[in-house]
Amino acid sequence: MLRLEGLTKVYPTGDKALTNVTLDIPDGEVVALIGPSGAGKSTLIRCINRLVQPTSGKAILDGTNITSLGSGGLRRMRRRMGMIFQEYALVERLTVMENVLSGRLGYVGFWRSYFRKFPQSDVDEAYRLLDRVGLLEMADKRADALSGGQRQRVGIARALIQDPALLLVDEPTASLDPKTSRQIMRLIRELCQERGLAAIINIHDVKLAQMFVQRVIGLTKGVVQFDGPPDTLTEEVLTRIYGEEDWKETIRKVEEEEEAA
Amino acid sequence: MSATLDARIGQQWRKPPLIQRPWLRWVLLIGGVVYFILAMASMEVNWSRVYEGLDRGWQFVLAFTNPDFTSRATDIREGLIESAIMAIAATVVGIALSIPIALGAARNIAPLPVYLFCRGIVALSRALNEIIIAILLVAIFGFGPLAGFMTLAFASIGFMSKLLAEDIEDLDRSQAEAVRATGARWFQWINYGVQPQVMPRLIGLSMYRLDINFRESAVLGLVGAGGIGATLNTAFDRYEFDTAAAILLIIIAVVMMLEYLSGIIRGRMQ
Repeated sequence: MLRLEGLTKVYPTGDKALTNVTLDIPDGEVVALIGPSGAGKSTLIRCINRLVQPTSGKAILDGTNITSLGSGGLRRMRRRMGMIFQEYALVERLTVMENVLSGRLGYVGFWRSYFRKFPQSDVDEAYRLLDRVGLLEMADKRADALSGGQRQRVGIARALIQDPALLLVDEPTASLDPKTSRQIMRLIRELCQERGLAAIINIHDVKLAQMFVQRVIGLTKGVVQFDGPPDTLTEEVLTRIYGEEDWKETIRKVEEEEEAA
Repeated sequence: MSATLDARIGQQWRKPPLIQRPWLRWVLLIGGVVYFILAMASMEVNWSRVYEGLDRGWQFVLAFTNPDFTSRATDIREGLIESAIMAIAATVVGIALSIPIALGAARNIAPLPVYLFCRGIVALSRALNEIIIAILLVAIFGFGPLAGFMTLAFASIGFMSKLLAEDIEDLDRSQAEAVRATGARWFQWINYGVQPQVMPRLIGLSMYRLDINFRESAVLGLVGAGGIGATLNTAFDRYEFDTAAAILLIIIAVVMMLEYLSGIIRGRMQ
């Protein structure tokens, strides 16, 4: 269970990226975080695993306040939070297997990781996850030899091998075609169900979000504007989050493929 | 059609000039030409001395048509081996020392005090010319390849650290961030998130530095720091231009070979 209490981030430039964000996300809940570019979505998920240092407030995962941890405690806590990135963020010159196993870095010592001598249980789990995301044959290919959708699957496997309690997902479909986007979202949702994982997914495509999540949070200029189930996301709410526009085509569950906005 | 568009239709379009203000543009251009003419005029050339020198220069050039590899073969071989050992050892030691310094000199990795310290080492190493260091080290350690080796290692540190640090500063942050997000330790982060990104550059620079070190070893011999340069210096002192030509040809051949080799290696590393 993740709890955010009054999380605030002011950048040194004076930009207020987050203002007093308070949220509860129970185990196993998949949440979409929507909002215009620059609303603070990326900052919010990065404040949770402290890739960005929050200015004030608390982020509490299973009873531990992450914002007050020292560097050792933070490393141990990061193991429990798998992160999936926009543009995949795989280490391009490492193999698929090395990328997946890098999710275990928080658990193994330096020399083991340096010589790529991971425990057999980690190697087995990496193979299992690669099989689960359909990339077992690609294990020894270099990451830059893969297509976008394949890379994102490797990114998902890397996050899951951490055995996390929470997934932080930063615009997973931003550079994928509409079909692959759905497959990736479906995969994330299924894996969260299988493992009882909570997830926060930053996403621009409102329709796609509605299809795959149980709860939507709308963020505007660092403030939570909306928090509710996806079917309560009306045109009026979208106007509140994004500003004036014709939203008829953006919401509702439609069957045809449509280019991501 | 709007009024402002009407005004523009039919107008010629030109690329905006690099320097916006016309007077500054002309001052710089005319100033540059005037400076060039004055500079050329200020060079004093003693043409009669040049005429005498031409003959000696021609002798030197002629020697290249008839290089003498044999009469000083032992000296040349020993000099070459010494140079090769100097260059390889200096490159290896230089790289080993420059990697931690490069990490410290990359602003996106090192905290400010470490950064300033490492940049200081880089600046010191780059500010002092090889010849000056070699003269100092020859004074300390005496004639021979030890002084040359230490000179080249010191110079390699500045060169490698600076260029490697710049490559580290240019790395793709998201890849490094992703590794950090797994809970990796600092060294693991460097090993998985940073090293793969800078490896091709590191190997390319190492090959390049090896060939620089070999070339430099020829010059360092002139101030007594051993290597093929010492052999070359002796040949010049004895006016054995044919032997000197042979040595220079060998140096050119070795450098070209290293160049070719590094091209192949860099091509394979992507």
